[in-house]
Amino acid sequence: MSGRTLYDKLWDDHVVRDNGDGTCLIYIDRHLIHEVTSPQAFEGLRLAGRRPWRVDADLAVSDHNVPTTDRDHIDDPVARTQLETLDANCREWNITQFGIHDPRQGIVHVVGPEQGACLPGMTIVCGDSHTSTNGALGALAFGIGTSEVEHVLATQCLVLHKARNMRIRVEGETGPGVTAKDIVLHIIGRIGTAGGTGHAIEFAGSAIRALSMEGRMTVCNMAIEAGARAGMVAVDQTTIDYVRGRPYAPRGELWEQAVEAWSDLHSDEDAVFDRDVVIDAGEIRPVVTWGTSPEMVVPVNGRVPDPARESDPVRRIGMERALEYMDLEPDMPVTEIRIDKVFIGSCTNSRIEDLRAAAEVVRGRKLAPGVKQALVVPGSGLVKRQAEEEGLDRIFTEAGFEWREPGCSMCLGMNPDRLAPGERCASTSNRNFEGRQGPGGRTHLVSPAMAAAAAIAGHFVDVREFLD
Amino acid sequence: MKSFEKFTGLVAPLDRPNVDTDAIIPKQFLKSIRRTGFGPYLFDEWRYLDHGEPDMDCSGRPLNPDFVLNQPRYQGAEILLARDNFGCGSSREHAVWALADYGIRVVIAPSFADIFYSNCGKNGLLAITLPSGEIDRLFREVEASEGYRLTVDLESQTLTTPAGEVIPFEIDPALKERLLQGLDDIAITLQHADEIRAYEARRAREAPWLFPARE
Ligand code: SF4
Repeated sequence: MSGRTLYDKLWDDHVVRDNGDGTCLIYIDRHLIHEVTSPQAFEGLRLAGRRPWRVDADLAVSDHNVPTTDRDHIDDPVARTQLETLDANCREWNITQFGIHDPRQGIVHVVGPEQGACLPGMTIVCGDSHTSTNGALGALAFGIGTSEVEHVLATQCLVLHKARNMRIRVEGETGPGVTAKDIVLHIIGRIGTAGGTGHAIEFAGSAIRALSMEGRMTVCNMAIEAGARAGMVAVDQTTIDYVRGRPYAPRGELWEQAVEAWSDLHSDEDAVFDRDVVIDAGEIRPVVTWGTSPEMVVPVNGRVPDPARESDPVRRIGMERALEYMDLEPDMPVTEIRIDKVFIGSCTNSRIEDLRAAAEVVRGRKLAPGVKQALVVPGSGLVKRQAEEEGLDRIFTEAGFEWREPGCSMCLGMNPDRLAPGERCASTSNRNFEGRQGPGGRTHLVSPAMAAAAAIAGHFVDVREFLD
Repeated sequence: MKSFEKFTGLVAPLDRPNVDTDAIIPKQFLKSIRRTGFGPYLFDEWRYLDHGEPDMDCSGRPLNPDFVLNQPRYQGAEILLARDNFGCGSSREHAVWALADYGIRVVIAPSFADIFYSNCGKNGLLAITLPSGEIDRLFREVEASEGYRLTVDLESQTLTTPAGEVIPFEIDPALKERLLQGLDDIAITLQHADEIRAYEARRAREAPWLFPARE
């Protein structure tokens, strides 16, 4: 028998029963809850006269709708109702919640690992597709729908079909200015947004191992944009060092026992993958998305592609439509694309390392005159506090950036932070779909350093010019 | 979920193909935090002459007299007769919640969109597929005779017309069992509650750090 992949191991460890019909009942160790996808689940529970199975596995935090300025006055009644409903549900069932005035509040996918509430070897779910972020810890983490949120609340389990195994190895060393975000955008550009469909992706190879935990989270975060519900990275010393000492992490003897068990959380040498992709890290450049799908990626020193050179007619039409929406000309250099706004934040890129990378570019410089607004939205209250201790907030504000309270903010524009129609944004978030950051808004996905460089230049620019 | 019992109900005909979930419940109602209370907004754009918003009081809104469900003879309908590809469009479960909240217990159509079909099963709504010819005939009969009622018997998989004619239908045996027993997905999983507890007990020994509250 051949060895098992990391995904196989995580799956096997959580099988409660094999239903015999191609599905298994899978146990869930950590259930993260936020305000948008949980209200109907709680109501369903109540209507059926049920109660949560195990509240100590639940952790709730509001993030999508929270204002990133004044938290005491929430004008949007829908947002307010959702926030209050989560508060009430958590109170009713005694579920741990970080309220909007708690310094630990933040984007759910940033908060979980930061608190050590998400650990290696766990199954982790949340009613949000970017739950895959947590897979960076060597965990099986994926997003679920509202009916499944209710199912997990009531039973601590999910009925699942096992996915196929896919490995993406990024081998070699990345060049200067290339970050985790560039790696994952490059991967999506290569395999396409459906490339990982039906698979659980393990990110491996020397360039992935060389990443910090923050970087690995950025990569796993966008597994969903590569079509996979889950992305993960094997446990190594970097993982252990990251988890050690976090508030919810085990201590003392339990810690020793856990670390011992975690040492097995990697694919066996002889494990077989249904799909194996190898990428040369040396090929990767700082990238920018030019279109309305995360796979529409070009190097910053490249040009916007010309649909006329695309032979597949379906793709050609998609490209033409994207160019029209984005208001770009074929073959124009990426560095000539001027921007109106800058957003540094989201569960992809709002951790301390991201803010440091952006601040390094910004330090001592000023926002370009044409840039109307540049937001920095830390991923959590604790990230914000640490950044302030390091003086990063002043670097940003002195350059003309706005320094905000944590939340999803302009990643999806559910709160008041959004693009006006036609506005163009350099954004560190994960989705550049039409209207994602506000109706008619145009999103270019980039790394924090690239977003910062664009803010200073007023247009996209090769961040390597800023890093000497 | 309530178990699905044999009943005789009034039939309303909705004679258009590709009724999508946005027609069944328009998107502005998705902002709601509830899964009940959607009944008054079912088919909102077709049913009313004004624009509906969440939490609106519908009692005084101008009704569209041409919309079939507004006709006096179809008030209290529990069975909806529909056309091809019913429930297409977005995956919103709200569409099923709205039908159920309105009082619809059965939808009969030549075909259903996949996700809508599976959402019906999750919420105790019976979606019956019949051949187009059969559906055509039912449309004619329903429109021809006021107060047309069908008896729906899931156990024997039959519909019985007012004239006593019996029409058999097919359904997946597992789904049939679930509906008859009134089991939703959660109830089915909870049938294995002992196995879940046994798993937890074993896991708490093997990986005690995952169960800090038990120490
Ligand atoms: S930051 Fe954006 S992608 Fe992440 S959870 Fe919030 S809305 Fe979703």
